Amino acid sequence: MAEAGTWWALPAAPAMLLVFAVLAVAADAALDARNAGRRITAHTAVRPLLAVPRALLAQPRRLPAPDRLLWRAGVITVPVAAVLATLVIPFGNRVVADLSVGVVWFNAMEVLTWAGLWLAGWGPNAAFSLVGGYRFLALGLAYELPLMFALISAATGAESLRVTDIVGAQHGLWYAVWMPFAFVLYLAGVLAFSFLGPFAYPLGRDVADGVLGETSGVDRLLLQAGRWLWLAAGAAMAVPLFLGGGAGPGLPAWAWSLVKTLLVLAVLVWTLRRLPMLRADRYVELAWVVLLPLSVLQALVPALVSLTR
Amino acid sequence: MGTTSTVLLWVLGVLALVGGVLVFTLNSMARVTFALLGSLVCVGGVVTVLRLPYLGVVIVLMMVMEMVIMAVFMIAYMMNPAGLMPMSMLHNKRGSLVISGLVFAALVVGIFLVPWPDRTGARLEDTTFQVGMSLMGDQMLTMVTLGFVLLATMVGATVLATRRGRYDRFGDDLDQRPANDSAGGGVGR
Repeated sequence: MAEAGTWWALPAAPAMLLVFAVLAVAADAALDARNAGRRITAHTAVRPLLAVPRALLAQPRRLPAPDRLLWRAGVITVPVAAVLATLVIPFGNRVVADLSVGVVWFNAMEVLTWAGLWLAGWGPNAAFSLVGGYRFLALGLAYELPLMFALISAATGAESLRVTDIVGAQHGLWYAVWMPFAFVLYLAGVLAFSFLGPFAYPLGRDVADGVLGETSGVDRLLLQAGRWLWLAAGAAMAVPLFLGGGAGPGLPAWAWSLVKTLLVLAVLVWTLRRLPMLRADRYVELAWVVLLPLSVLQALVPALVSLTR
Repeated sequence: MGTTSTVLLWVLGVLALVGGVLVFTLNSMARVTFALLGSLVCVGGVVTVLRLPYLGVVIVLMMVMEMVIMAVFMIAYMMNPAGLMPMSMLHNKRGSLVISGLVFAALVVGIFLVPWPDRTGARLEDTTFQVGMSLMGDQMLTMVTLGFVLLATMVGATVLATRRGRYDRFGDDLDQRPANDSAGGGVGR
């Protein structure tokens, strides 16, 4: 059903990802203003974007004996992996690369964040940064397996790892409807791999901003952008995996993809502000004792349905 | 195989080798770990170019997770302070040279001695299903057994490595609630 990417899909996908990320940042700033009792104007919403020129002009902070190569590699990995992950996400009827193993590709790119954040923590040769890097790995061990089972549930339901096949298999009934637990786990995973809100533990205030603590200038900008790009990529991927992709009455496919992506993004931005930050040790126990067994059971549902089909 | 694939195969193969060499020449534990990761990612790319995309991408996925966790342990267990000082990956140089030479020779001889099968039938576009069938079809019993052996090994190793057992947590009569844990968990136990 999906057409192979035309030449302009290649620059369009990262551009759209960036737009979604900027919208999420603006929404977050607007909600900040509302909580502080200020009026929400266009100015308050775009105010966080002033950090971009500020970061580009800032004098980089110098540290004794950093591992510059690994630091740069880590900082760049996070946003680049987010962009690479979007290559397999169909938008409407278009997708840049309709890989036969699209779900695994998305997962592999998301796991690159592990390496990226740990390296970003290791590079500055500073204790709190390194603590932040280790914190993300501890969180990763907790969120990754339930997230994988959520992805596997959708793939099992469609009996395919190709994302467009998963969209096609949901005609009539979205996976979010009959695999609600996988959907919720996936959304929790999105917040976790964008290390925002309840999963901001690697950047916690108690470790002086952790991974972000020693970064300055472009490095800081790239890491911050990586978080919101990943949030946008996760929201965009939720649509083909669980919400039927571009399917819907009346409007063209791209419009439905747009509406659904914006809705998921809005839910994610609202949620990440409502939940307190989780400590990794607490979330690991919750993930392994409660979420993981339930996610295996959830994956069993589409497996049984596929068997009896 | 087309020209692009052949070129990619060679580039990825050479990069994997370069990464392998760097593992033994770099002097920082973190760099060594990520050189090895780069090498293994290239191997994943090689497998993908050989038309096994599922195995290739899964190799990348698993190796990133594994090597990042491994970096934690390699740095934690280094003999010099936490792997933070310059170090060498070379130990027992003469012995390891002999062993690696013998293994390399055996592998090269194997390349020429193994009766490689000829292709029968047409090459399929999507090989993921075939990989799944060959692993999970006839070999289902092997895979299930392996799965349980691996799980039992992991649980066993963890239990052996843990200093605190259930009597420490729940008291001598196992009736102490909540458990006496050094760190709190998330489900209120």
